[in-house]
Amino acid sequence: MEKRVTFSRWSIGILFAVPQLLLIFTFFYWPAGQAVYWSLTLQQPWGGGNIWVGLDNFRSILANADYWNSITASLVFAACSTGLAMVIALVLAALTDRQLAGSRLYRVVLIWPYGIAAPALAMAFRFILAPEAGFMAVVNQVWPGFWDPGLDGTDAMASIIAAFSWKYVGYNFIFFLAAFQAIPRSLIEAAAMDGSGVLRRFWDIQFPLITPTIFFLLVINITESFQDSFGIVDIMTAGGPANSTNLMVYKIYSDGFKGLDYSGAAAQSIILMLLIIVLTIFQFRFIERRVHYR
Amino acid sequence: MSIIKQGFAALAAGALGIALAQPATAAPVKFDFWFGLSGDLARVVDTLCKNFNASQADYEVVCTSQGNYDATLQNTIAAFRAGKQPTLVQVYDVGTATMMLSGAYKPADKLMEENGYKIDYSDYFPGIARYYATSKGEMLSFPFNSSTPLMYWNKDAFAKIGKTEAPKTWEDVGADLKALKDAGYDCPMAINISANESWQLMEQFSAIHNQPIATKNNGYDGLNARLEMNKTKFVQYVTDLKKWYDAGLIKIKSKDLGQDMVQAFASGTCQVIMTSVGDHGTVGKTQKEGMKWDVAELPAYAGTERKNSLVGGASLWVLSGKSDAEYKGAAAFLNFIHDPKTALFWSTNTGYIPVTKSGFDYMKSQGFYDKAPYKGREVAIASLTASEPTEITRGIRLGNFTQIRAEFGTQMQAIFANKVSVQEGIDTLVKNGDAILDRFQQTYPDKTLP
Repeated sequence: MEKRVTFSRWSIGILFAVPQLLLIFTFFYWPAGQAVYWSLTLQQPWGGGNIWVGLDNFRSILANADYWNSITASLVFAACSTGLAMVIALVLAALTDRQLAGSRLYRVVLIWPYGIAAPALAMAFRFILAPEAGFMAVVNQVWPGFWDPGLDGTDAMASIIAAFSWKYVGYNFIFFLAAFQAIPRSLIEAAAMDGSGVLRRFWDIQFPLITPTIFFLLVINITESFQDSFGIVDIMTAGGPANSTNLMVYKIYSDGFKGLDYSGAAAQSIILMLLIIVLTIFQFRFIERRVHYR
Repeated sequence: MSIIKQGFAALAAGALGIALAQPATAAPVKFDFWFGLSGDLARVVDTLCKNFNASQADYEVVCTSQGNYDATLQNTIAAFRAGKQPTLVQVYDVGTATMMLSGAYKPADKLMEENGYKIDYSDYFPGIARYYATSKGEMLSFPFNSSTPLMYWNKDAFAKIGKTEAPKTWEDVGADLKALKDAGYDCPMAINISANESWQLMEQFSAIHNQPIATKNNGYDGLNARLEMNKTKFVQYVTDLKKWYDAGLIKIKSKDLGQDMVQAFASGTCQVIMTSVGDHGTVGKTQKEGMKWDVAELPAYAGTERKNSLVGGASLWVLSGKSDAEYKGAAAFLNFIHDPKTALFWSTNTGYIPVTKSGFDYMKSQGFYDKAPYKGREVAIASLTASEPTEITRGIRLGNFTQIRAEFGTQMQAIFANKVSVQEGIDTLVKNGDAILDRFQQTYPDKTLP
């Protein structure tokens, strides 16, 4: 039997939880509550007063075609960048786990991208993907007009997806590699002796055993792609061309801080928060069923 | 050389001033000044502040760059809400309407009067003063760094097509660009179509042609102004630009693509650009060896009665809620900035133009405009003073104009990517811009513009 520590009085338990609760309250519930209040009013930016408008802010946002365009762009971005970052990281981790020549080096090197701040990373990618000056200039020399993120929304979207995925490959890689290394060698060796090839072993043994990690990373990647994309968008495209990369989190920033429409931005934050909550619930409810915990 | 000599003299006087001042008096009253310039320009502001501090012993201005105009306004608002605002803040031209309704300022003209400074407001170039003044002509803020756009043209390239002068009409521009293309120039003209270029492509074009951006005299007469550039000559202009772009006469150049307009011009890649007089120094410093170029006023369509172009840049606002001592310091600082000698220092070290007639005259008398690298900058003054400001060319007084500029960028990009027609794009700009104005008006339900 496992021994459990119990407290005779509930108040002691609460006491231990207080510091954490206080932090969460100060840095999450309080600002979130403030955002809810702002989203129901029209705030004068200089604090001269506000007017209660009920759900008007939400109504006008949801009636705005640009906003729906922003939601679509965010979903496309989330799906593509999460897919790309996870698949690439999975392949790299699987290869590193096989201890190919130089895998010790990869193990260290592949983690680095996550350590780079988004704006610095975006700056580098802006240069690499610049159609006239960077690496893509060479491609444009061969196919003139092939790459033009300045006017072509798809190209611009591809740029920010590439930059974001590059960063999260490093993050996912750490988790995947740890998951692979937690699989008992004996299982793999036994399968190898039975004559199954590398791919067979991957699909039948390793993949099922790392599903908890895959699920965890899926939730994290999707959530982060909604939030952490800001720096990359700001430096690389500033939401353009023609709003094609105006992701929800960037629109909140530009409406709120550049446009001084604090109420509209607050309402958009609430919607973004709800969307992430719904997506996460969905993942736990439907995808987690297929996860095998040991 | 007289400029350099003066600089040394000022430095020497400054050093002497510090040496003399320090032991004699008590600690000077400190006050904060936040500004939105960075890089080279920020260093010039810092020097300006040092000069002020050295010029007297009673006040000490603490100048802090906030990086850019947007950040300066955002940070000032945050600071104001927390009661920690600076005494003086630099707010960009399009933030003027927001500031006027903020209720967070002390009118600059009152401040100067209360502290016994006599400022001759008629000394300001009317185009500059009216941009920042109320509809009744009171100066709520002090014009500071000011500029206006010019057309930069490559003399060598134009010589190849037998031209010695810049085109004056857009019709001529079209013909010249065609000739340049035929003469083998790959990029006759460069433009960019982001939110920033709303300034030269839409706002300045409209002012020069006396075309309104919005009803109610561009918003000066009330918060219920709405956009109307979808019914003006601006539509024709965008149609022409698009036509020239499609014909390969105009290329889009921006930093994101590799090279911005100014770099493209300075390197000789593109032969014509339209940008601020503030870039005059940059082009001079970074140009290809031996390239000959000049500046001219922005062209107008044939048959247009030319009006003044608009001032761009920023003005200095005094915020409310500070002590009398700090206000005294701020007034002294504004008076220092107003001095023609400061104008000379400021224009020499930046590309900005003087804002007062006396400043301009003083600079002329010092021979500032006679030779390179400053020769040509007087064209900016000519452009700003091409006419008395009309009801429409006073400026633009619209709420959240930053967002309307962003919408301009969005729609221009849609037009140039062939997603929508020119008219559709500008109609959408008006529709979305009106929604922004509507919202601004709702936020200030019982306030009116002063």
